[in-house]
Amino acid sequence: MRSFFIASSPGFVPPSTNDFNLPPSIGDSPYSTKPIFLVFLSVILISAFFIAASRKAAVVPGKLQFAGESVYVFVRKSIGEEIIGHEFMRFVPFLFTLFTFVITNNVFGIVPLLQFPAMSHVAFAYVLAIFSFIVFHAVGIKKQGLIKYLSGIAFMPGVPKFVYILLTPIEIATFFIVRPLTLSLRLFANMFAGHLLLLVFISGGHYMLTNDHLLLKILSPFSFAMGIGMSFFEFMVQCLQAYIITLLTALFIAGALADEH
Amino acid sequence: MTHGTLNLVGYGLSAIGPAIATGMIFAAYISGVARQPEARSVLQPIAFLGFALAEALALFGLVLAFVLK
Repeated sequence: MRSFFIASSPGFVPPSTNDFNLPPSIGDSPYSTKPIFLVFLSVILISAFFIAASRKAAVVPGKLQFAGESVYVFVRKSIGEEIIGHEFMRFVPFLFTLFTFVITNNVFGIVPLLQFPAMSHVAFAYVLAIFSFIVFHAVGIKKQGLIKYLSGIAFMPGVPKFVYILLTPIEIATFFIVRPLTLSLRLFANMFAGHLLLLVFISGGHYMLTNDHLLLKILSPFSFAMGIGMSFFEFMVQCLQAYIITLLTALFIAGALADEH
Repeated sequence: MTHGTLNLVGYGLSAIGPAIATGMIFAAYISGVARQPEARSVLQPIAFLGFALAEALALFGLVLAFVLK
């Protein structure tokens, strides 16, 4: 089966993980690759947008202020207030920063000329998960004290004693390994898979267009059209992932704040 | 890329479970909202949380399909 595909498409190199290792832009410095510049660009863009939106704040908002405030209200209401509860205001700045940072970097994946989601490199996603990990454990320890917080995780109250043999390792693994790992890998894998998907359709379309066979040339627009359609699908996934990482962080914070674990 | 194909078959098999799970989660969410439209804001984060947890399994499979040689 494989040899059939190879024989029918000589010269076509399917996109692979190597397409994500972009060369450094300045000399050999590993800190001058495209994702790093995109992360800096996203910080500048977010700051510029929200400073511009809030500088001339008025009771009757203008278009820019309205746009900025609707993003803020979305995070504050539907993620902060509804999930965390009455203590939510302390965490809104963190959640808001997380949400805007992730959504901007994700949407860079389909913005022409930029077209690379920085989160498709797992290191960036790890850093975000470490931030979230530190915040929700610090909140829990501050609220309940170190001993009470840890024993709340390890020995869930209201469970028969013999179940702890099974439950304690699972709970400890969930809180200290699975939660940060899934938080980062979910974001990373979604962005990685989405970028790879677009690469398949666009590079496949390019290969078909430049092929000698007339039939492949005629069929190549379908591949490009699929690439465009997938770009819109990716936009939805990118927004959804930014929402989900913020939502899960808020849920973890809410869990750490709750008295009965 | 000589070993790539069987990995992708394995990934296809491993994606069946999360696919069914995602379908069930949203089916439950939709029927819940259809019965009680005012419960939408309560159900939405729960549905997306469940969806994210189920989807994580599929994505681990995708990552492993690339990592395993």
